[in-house]
Amino acid sequence: MRALSDSLIIMKRQLLQLARVPEVLIFNTIQPVMFVLLFRYVFAGLGAGIKGGYVQLLMPGIFVQTVTFTLAATAQGMAQDMEKGLIDRFRSLPISRAAVVTGRTLGDGLLNIVVIAVMGTAGYIVGWRPTSGLLKIALGFLMLLLFGYALSWAGIFAGLVAKDARVVANISFLFTFPLTFLSNAFASTTSMPRPLQYVAEWNPVSTMVAAVRELFGFHNMFGATKNSFPSQHPIQTSLLYMVLIMAIFVPLSVRRYRNTNK
Amino acid sequence: MKSITAENLMKSYGKGENQVKALDDLSLDVEEGTVLSILGPNGAGKTTTVRVLATLLKPDSGHATVGGIDVIKNPKAVREIIGLSGQYAAVDETLTGWDNLVMFGRLYHLSSTAANVRAKELLEQFSLTDAAKRPIKTFSGGMRRRLDLAASLIIRPKVLFLDEPTTGLDPRGRMEMWKVIEALVDEGVTLLLTTQYLEEADQLADEIAVIDRGKVIARGTSDQLKTQVGGERLELVVAESDIPAAREIADRVGKTQSTVDAGLRRISTPVTNGSESLVELLRELDSVKIHPLDIALKRPSLDDVFMSLTGHAAEEVPAEPVGKGKKGGRK
Repeated sequence: MRALSDSLIIMKRQLLQLARVPEVLIFNTIQPVMFVLLFRYVFAGLGAGIKGGYVQLLMPGIFVQTVTFTLAATAQGMAQDMEKGLIDRFRSLPISRAAVVTGRTLGDGLLNIVVIAVMGTAGYIVGWRPTSGLLKIALGFLMLLLFGYALSWAGIFAGLVAKDARVVANISFLFTFPLTFLSNAFASTTSMPRPLQYVAEWNPVSTMVAAVRELFGFHNMFGATKNSFPSQHPIQTSLLYMVLIMAIFVPLSVRRYRNTNK
Repeated sequence: MKSITAENLMKSYGKGENQVKALDDLSLDVEEGTVLSILGPNGAGKTTTVRVLATLLKPDSGHATVGGIDVIKNPKAVREIIGLSGQYAAVDETLTGWDNLVMFGRLYHLSSTAANVRAKELLEQFSLTDAAKRPIKTFSGGMRRRLDLAASLIIRPKVLFLDEPTTGLDPRGRMEMWKVIEALVDEGVTLLLTTQYLEEADQLADEIAVIDRGKVIARGTSDQLKTQVGGERLELVVAESDIPAAREIADRVGKTQSTVDAGLRRISTPVTNGSESLVELLRELDSVKIHPLDIALKRPSLDDVFMSLTGHAAEEVPAEPVGKGKKGGRK
């Protein structure tokens, strides 16, 4: 219980930061909203034959891309705290060794809720209409938040290891940006070279996009082989990926935090 | 009773030829309610020592206790009774001073009300009330350090670790910090303080441990160390023809043999009561119409201490790998 309340205090710190420097929140939401508007109109032609237009396919793609970038955001925040010596201070306090890292992932998760809500509103304004009913839509959003949360733990580990905020932000971006494009997020994977199609097929971003599209009411086929497991069961595959990411990075991060600066 | 003990601490980084021994069989202890200053150059092992005692770093071997509690076996209990303030102000810069103190209070498991009350007390104690609602980013270096120190005092720690509390501060900031630390010491906290400045150790500490390459190489009160180093001395430069006469006077004032560097025409005399000796020397020189070209009262510096204790200057060992993350903040 203590560990949880300590985590919440750390999370509250991030909310306070947003209150003190509201620009951060504004910039965090401007970029995805800009993507929504740009892609919606620039790639409108890709939506030929899709009921409701390209925006129905696009929104899940942009949602997933945005939560994927949580990895870089968390890594940068964590590395900044390392640089400033704040982690040393936290580690000298009588609090659970998991509290600081958990608090940071919760804070970044909370930020994702706000960003996704703003994006969803922008999407709605330009014609995005999920058709699957409230429960499934809610489940779709929940999956997005969980995916961002899982990646946040990978970000924690990256931030603790790198200790340099600028470096780790750049590296995480170099890693996640291609990941979001080597997928079905913005265009069909069938026009890619064959080897890339396999990458796209097993890319967690693809399975997430397909899962969310399904939950929002648009069945989506993708990948090199139409009846592959990730293509057939995107929701299950995505959940499996999340469990896998957390199973690796939660213990790694907590251990790294405990022994940091060794 | 000993409030801090460290026995045979070893800690090294790297492997093979690149291995750096940050702590090399380091032992020390601090009596309850007293101040020990660890004096040494960069890379001597000061920060590593503090990090081990403050439970941030496990030593490769050795044994340490703080407040009678084993640092390695029971770090959590140690954290309940210590305060730590590091070289770099470890507070959240985007938050206000108030936000920071309340947050740390809550993390020390004070109730919301108690955390608010304590934050208010500390801000008053450290003359930061006016700045409390401003983000730390807008604070001066001295104010940041004071806030950082305040954050380490939230639970009224029994043992306080200050790692180079005045490094990087201007003289005014340093004086302010000294005043604050002296007040804490008067309240009876046990303090372990690291510094590169002999003057600072002199000002604040009951005892000084000089460390070099991860070892304590000398220990004692400031007076004991100074005696060992040679204490203060008068340095006098005169015209070549005046050297014999001036030397005689210097010998008399210092009640000892002076040394003469003929090339520099400099006479150097150890003295015990510096400024009085300086006045006396000037008066006597004046009475025989010798006008010194230069005269100065020299206090032993860290370099002097090192020179006399180790035979080498206070050189900088390749940066302590320990502080790597933290030192990134310097860029």
